[in-house]
Amino acid sequence: MTLSIIDKIWREHGVADLGDGTSLLYIDRIFLHERTGSVALKGLQAAGRRVRNPELVFCTMDHIVDTLPGRTDQTRMPGGTAFITETRAAAHAAGINLFDLGDERQGIVHVVSPEQGIALPGVTLVCPDSHTCTLGGIGALAWGIGSTEAEHALATRTLAVRRPKSMRVSFDGTLAPGVTAKDMILWLIAAHSAAGGVGYVIEFAGSAVRALTVEARLTLCNMAVEFGAWTGIIAPDDKVFDYVRGRPWAPSGARLDAAIAHWRTLVSDPGARFDREIAIDCDRLAPQVTWGTSPQDATAIDGSVPDPAAETDPNRRKSMERALDYMGLSAGTNLGDVRIDAAFIGSCTNSRLSDLRAAAAILKGRTVAPGIKAICVPGSTQVKQAAEREGLDRVFRDAGFEWRESGCSMCFNAGGEGFGAKERVISTTNRNFENRQGPGTRTHLASPLTVAASALAGRIADAREVTERR
Amino acid sequence: MEKFTTLTAIAAPLLMINVDTDAIIPSREMKKVSKTGLADGLFAAWRYTTPGGREENPDFVLNRGPYRQAKILLAGLNFGCGSSREHAAWALHEWGVRAILAPGFGNIFYGNCVRNGIVPVVIDNARVEAIAAQVERDPERNRVTVDLRQNLVTAPDGSTTTFALAPADREMLLEGLDAIAMTQKRDAEILAFQARDRERRPWIYP
Ligand code: SF4
Repeated sequence: MTLSIIDKIWREHGVADLGDGTSLLYIDRIFLHERTGSVALKGLQAAGRRVRNPELVFCTMDHIVDTLPGRTDQTRMPGGTAFITETRAAAHAAGINLFDLGDERQGIVHVVSPEQGIALPGVTLVCPDSHTCTLGGIGALAWGIGSTEAEHALATRTLAVRRPKSMRVSFDGTLAPGVTAKDMILWLIAAHSAAGGVGYVIEFAGSAVRALTVEARLTLCNMAVEFGAWTGIIAPDDKVFDYVRGRPWAPSGARLDAAIAHWRTLVSDPGARFDREIAIDCDRLAPQVTWGTSPQDATAIDGSVPDPAAETDPNRRKSMERALDYMGLSAGTNLGDVRIDAAFIGSCTNSRLSDLRAAAAILKGRTVAPGIKAICVPGSTQVKQAAEREGLDRVFRDAGFEWRESGCSMCFNAGGEGFGAKERVISTTNRNFENRQGPGTRTHLASPLTVAASALAGRIADAREVTERR
Repeated sequence: MEKFTTLTAIAAPLLMINVDTDAIIPSREMKKVSKTGLADGLFAAWRYTTPGGREENPDFVLNRGPYRQAKILLAGLNFGCGSSREHAAWALHEWGVRAILAPGFGNIFYGNCVRNGIVPVVIDNARVEAIAAQVERDPERNRVTVDLRQNLVTAPDGSTTTFALAPADREMLLEGLDAIAMTQKRDAEILAFQARDRERRPWIYP
């Protein structure tokens, strides 16, 4: 029988068949954070239920905590302190692993999870956070859930899940220099819409995916949810096994050998069936940047703002008009002529060490354009420390970037930290929704390379212009 | 959880595509570690004239006459995409919404609706638009019915559309069941699975 990687992991975790394509799936790892995990832990407590296997449950502080140096439990979000202190109390009471403020393991949940060896190939991992799909990059079947479902997983270590349809997206060919995983996923979403993956679990495959580093694979899978997918996954290979080795929660010795032998079987068999296949040729892929308020509003960086009048679907036309109005852009404008006010490097999409190195290579010896507010927020305390050991913090600071403590920060506006109304931000994050980075803030999504180059130019800029000049 | 069988109510059209959960409840409106106290923040960025303010924007659909009493939303493609925040479902429920008709939903949001007594009804876009057109003529009188016992939506003109819902989801909504209590009945199976799994995949258990 030929099986896909998804079939294999699904089978391995099936506790019971509930009929109608629904399985009671065993959940290997649960991760929480202070924004949505707190309410799940409190809800469970209020119902008089206990966390089963608290040693396999993890919690970090990332969403509400401040990212300014010298931070404490105080945040600028009204009522934010209560989220931090109540999460801490509930985590201690439940006996789960907590990566608190001041702990060297603290950071953005999806950055910490592989970094600590908590996300492993072949595990099922859930978190009440939509970007849990990031961990597909390491070969985990990981997906975002609501808080009530989190209570279910915490109390029973299972979830009833209806099997989604399967899709394989094959990225073949070779990425040109300056083109990254972020550009691949933005391109996919632009080509097939933000709802293109709804109802599907996706295997990302193909030579261009295999050529990606593990960190870049995490970036690719991070935005599977922006494609509407239930989750995305990439078959683990030697790069992943090397990445996992030696991490705090990863197995070691004979247990690791046994694990790797098993993980090698987690690939789609030749002839495995998918409900849908998409093939993408990466040879001619250009860096992407968004112009609107959905991740699907992406286009090549040397392109221009599209004209809603040319759109035949009336709903789509209306949403384009609304987006252009919000973004303060008019049809036909070259994206390369759009001036920016701010640049943000951070978030679970693009804040790992390789992202910071890539941005720093562009910024080195240069300074951001006058008046640009530029901010870099490393994805975890470990990333921050590693970057500082390499002197990347100096590069960012010398270029005029703020260098912060790790957390979600201005990826989403928690009421405290955000950009201003009508401020135009080029950002390595994953959502350009209205008001996402601050009330009225205009977000353009792009790769760390594009964000760094744009910060220098004071307008949306192609990193390849900077590197070619050198 | 409150049971849902059938509902005839005012329906409010909000037909934009890709309405995300940040729009349904902005993060700054989730002020406490709580599942309640959220109705005020529902669609805050659209419903009020200033961020964090409470002065109503008269143009927003839920601020207009009969729509203030709406219990059904008529929505566009990919409604509830984005963040997993269950606060979006809690806020809608607290405000009064019990059913949403749309050509498609964000996946996590869909599950959150089912777990909170809101029926997510998937019907095609043309049908949602046709119902909206009838409703708009006289929202007070042109009510919409969602019958979960028959999986049937009845438009104001009496025309009907069937919809599909997974049997487990349907049962949970009809009976107002607590999913955790249902699963706990299988505890012996879960523990047996775990015991086998410890042998098979020892590396999972530190
Ligand atoms: S960095 Fe942004 S997208 Fe990622 S978990 Fe935090 S808030 Fe969510």
